[in-house]
Amino acid sequence: MDVQVLHDVVHNSRDARRQQTLPKLSPAERDTLIKKFHPDHREAAYRPVAFGPNEGDLTVRELAAVLEGDSVVPEGLPLTPDHEVDVLVVGGGGAGCAAALHAHGQGAKVLLATKLRLADSNSVMAQGGMQIAVAPDDSPVQHFLDTLKGGHMKNDHQLLRTMVEEGPSIAKWLLELGVLFDRDPDGNLHVKKGGGSTRARLLTCSDYTGLEIMRVLKDEVLNQKIQLLEFAAAVELLSDGQGACTGAILQDLDNKRFLVVAAKTVILATGGIGRLHIQGFPTSNHYGATGDGLALAYRIGAPLVQIDTFQYHPSGGVYPEQLVGQLVTEGIRSEGGHLVNGRGERFVNELDTRDVVSSSIIRECEEGRGVRMPTGRVGVWLDTPLLEVEHGEGTLDKHFPAMVRQYARYGVDIRKDPVLIYPTLHYQNGGVKIDANGETSVKNLFVAGETSGGLHGRNRLMGNSLLDLMVFGKRSGLTVAARAQTVPQGRLTLDHLQRFRAEARKHRVTNQVTSPVVLPAYTEQP
Amino acid sequence: MTGSFDTGKAVSREDALKPAMVTVEIAGKSFRVPAGITLMKALWYTGHEVTRGAGCLGGFCGACATYYRTKDDPKVKTCLACSHAVEDGMSFSFAPVFPARKATYDLNQLENPKQDLFKLYPEAPLCRNCNACTEACPQQIDVREGVWKAVFGDFKAVSETFMDCVMCGLCVPVCIADIAPNLVGVYASRAYGVREMEKPSGLFDRIQAIADGQYNDDWDRILKMTDEELQQASATIKS
Repeated sequence: MDVQVLHDVVHNSRDARRQQTLPKLSPAERDTLIKKFHPDHREAAYRPVAFGPNEGDLTVRELAAVLEGDSVVPEGLPLTPDHEVDVLVVGGGGAGCAAALHAHGQGAKVLLATKLRLADSNSVMAQGGMQIAVAPDDSPVQHFLDTLKGGHMKNDHQLLRTMVEEGPSIAKWLLELGVLFDRDPDGNLHVKKGGGSTRARLLTCSDYTGLEIMRVLKDEVLNQKIQLLEFAAAVELLSDGQGACTGAILQDLDNKRFLVVAAKTVILATGGIGRLHIQGFPTSNHYGATGDGLALAYRIGAPLVQIDTFQYHPSGGVYPEQLVGQLVTEGIRSEGGHLVNGRGERFVNELDTRDVVSSSIIRECEEGRGVRMPTGRVGVWLDTPLLEVEHGEGTLDKHFPAMVRQYARYGVDIRKDPVLIYPTLHYQNGGVKIDANGETSVKNLFVAGETSGGLHGRNRLMGNSLLDLMVFGKRSGLTVAARAQTVPQGRLTLDHLQRFRAEARKHRVTNQVTSPVVLPAYTEQP
Repeated sequence: MTGSFDTGKAVSREDALKPAMVTVEIAGKSFRVPAGITLMKALWYTGHEVTRGAGCLGGFCGACATYYRTKDDPKVKTCLACSHAVEDGMSFSFAPVFPARKATYDLNQLENPKQDLFKLYPEAPLCRNCNACTEACPQQIDVREGVWKAVFGDFKAVSETFMDCVMCGLCVPVCIADIAPNLVGVYASRAYGVREMEKPSGLFDRIQAIADGQYNDDWDRILKMTDEELQQASATIKS
C-alpha cells in the first residue's frame, strides 16, 4: 500500500477545515465521552489491592501486582552503612535534581542515586513547555482554576495553590541557572497556549524545554560536586522500627551488590510508570519508568492516592513502526494543528483537555473512522503541514525542530505530510500522598514529582508536570535540609519489610512479582 | 499451519505477516532480526540485556550513542540506537563511556565568561578544523562551528547551535585537540543565559505581586467555594 495515498484525505480537506471552529464540550458531554471511551473506565483492567495501606482500593492490575510485590532484599542482610548522609535523593530527573540542588544549597550532605545516568528521565523529553502564570492577562488564580477544571475538580487544593503561586519564582531560579526560555521582542518570557488552558501560559525552549532544563540542572549538579551514584537502583527503604524512614538499600546494577545508605531523610523522585505498559498500551516514557517509588513507599506504609487514573497522551506515534508510542508534541495542536479522521473530518476541539482528546480519538478508531496502516495499527491524522499554511513556510523548522528531526530519520517530512497518532500511556496522575513540603505519611520520607499524587487530580494539564517537578523538588529539598539539622540518624531496620511479608502471607498473596521492577523485561529470553 | 492441503507454493497468512528479516552484526556477532526495527529493539530481540545504553528511548537523552557501519561502506557513522532502524548488512555497537573532563564553575562568580572559557577549557581554542566532531554528531549539529563561535565569544550563537544537543558525547573521542565540544556548548549557553540575556520585567512584577498579596482576595473567595461553585467559576473563565 502506498502510504502517500492515505495522506490525500488530509490535503484535500484542509481548506474546508480551516473555516471550521469546533466548540469545546460541555461538562456533561465530557463526562459521557470519557466514561465510554477513556481507558480509565475499562472495568476489566482494574482490581482491588489485596493488602497494605490501600487495601481494597481499585487500581490497574499491573500496578496492583507491583504494590503487592516482594523485595529482592533478603531478611538478615547486614545493615552496616556504606554511605551516611543527611539526604538521599532517589532519581536523577527534574524533581531529583531540583531537590538535590536545593538541599545542597542549604548545606545538607546529599547523595543522589539513580538507576540510569544523571538526567535520564521523562523530564528530558518534555517538549510542550512549562505552565507558569507570567503573562499580564494571567494570574496564579487562573492557573489554579484551569488546572482544577482539567483535573475534574479532584486536585488537592493546597498542593495546587502551592504550585501555581511558586511558579514565577521557579522561572526566576531557572533563568538564574541559565535556562534559555523563549522570549518576546521586549525581553519578556514568551508564552504559548496549551490544551485545557484559558491563557497563554507555557514557557518553552523551542520544543526542547525539558532537554534544555535538564542539560542545565545536570551541569549544575556536577558543578556543585553533589555526590552521585549512577546505575544504582533503590530496592528497599530502611525504617527505625517506629514508623520513620532512615535510609535505603540500593543495588549497584553493574555488580548487583547491595549498598546500605543511612540517611536522615529520603526523597523519592523516581518518576512514572509507563514502562509497566498498563492495559497493553505503548508508552512515551523513558526506559526506567517502572513505578519504583510507588512500590518502595507502599511497602514502608505510605498511602497512595488516585492510583486508578492515568494519562493517555492523545498524540503517540503510530507510523512508522519505529515511532510507535513516542510522543508527538502537543505544541502542534497548540499552534493550530487539526486532528483529522479517515474521512477528512475534524472530530474534537484540539485544545480540549488530554483525556477528552484521547477519548475522542479512541472513539473515532473504535467506531471505524480511524486510519489503518499497512502495519495493522490504527490512528487518526495530525495535520502538521497546516501550520506551514497558517503561519508561513519554515514554521515547523523554527518551532518544532525536534519533531521535524524525529520523523525525518524515518523518511517522513512532516512539513509536507501529516502524521498518524493514537493515545499513548504518558503519565501517572496519582501517586504517593504528600503534604505541601512533599512529606509522605511516613516521617522523613518525601516524594517529589510524578511519583507523588493529588496535585493533578484525575487528569494532568499540559505543562504542569515540569512545574510540579521544580516546585516540589525545591520544597522537599529545602525541608529536608532544615530537618537534617534537628533529627538524629535513626536506627536501620527492615521491620517494615517483615511486617509487609507477614501481611502478604496472611492475605495468601502468592506468585508475587519482584518489585520495584527497576527495568522492563524487554530482552528476549532463550 | 493447520490445513492439510499442499502449501508448497502458497504463502500462508502467518508467513505473509511474518516480518522480513535482515542480518546485522552486533559487537562483532551476526544475528537475524526483523527488518525496520530500531537498533535498540534489535539488541533486546537478540537477547542482550541493556542496563547501560538505554535512557529516554525517544532520541532526547543521548544514552544510546552508537557506532554503525552499513554494508560494504568503510565509513563508520554514529546514531542513537533508540531512533535508528536496522538495515541488512549493518554492523553496530554502543559507544563506550568516554572519560571527558568537565570543568566546574559558578556562573555568577565569573569575571568575564568569554575570557574564562580559556581558563576552564584551555583546549577550546586549539581546534584544528578537522571537522570530525561535526561528522560524528547524530543530531547534525555543526559542532565545529559551535566551538569556534564559543572561542570568538559569540555565546548567543553557541546556544542556538547547541540547542539540539542531547549530550551523547560522540563529538568528544574524535577530537584530536581533546576538546569536549558538548561541554563547551553547555558552558557558553548557560553563560549567555545568566550574563547576557535581558531580565524579563513582567516576571519580576508577577513575583512582587504575589509577595505583596495582590491575589489574596481572589484566593479567599476561591478557596471558600463549594465544588459546584468552583466548577462554575472555572467553566466561566473567558479564553
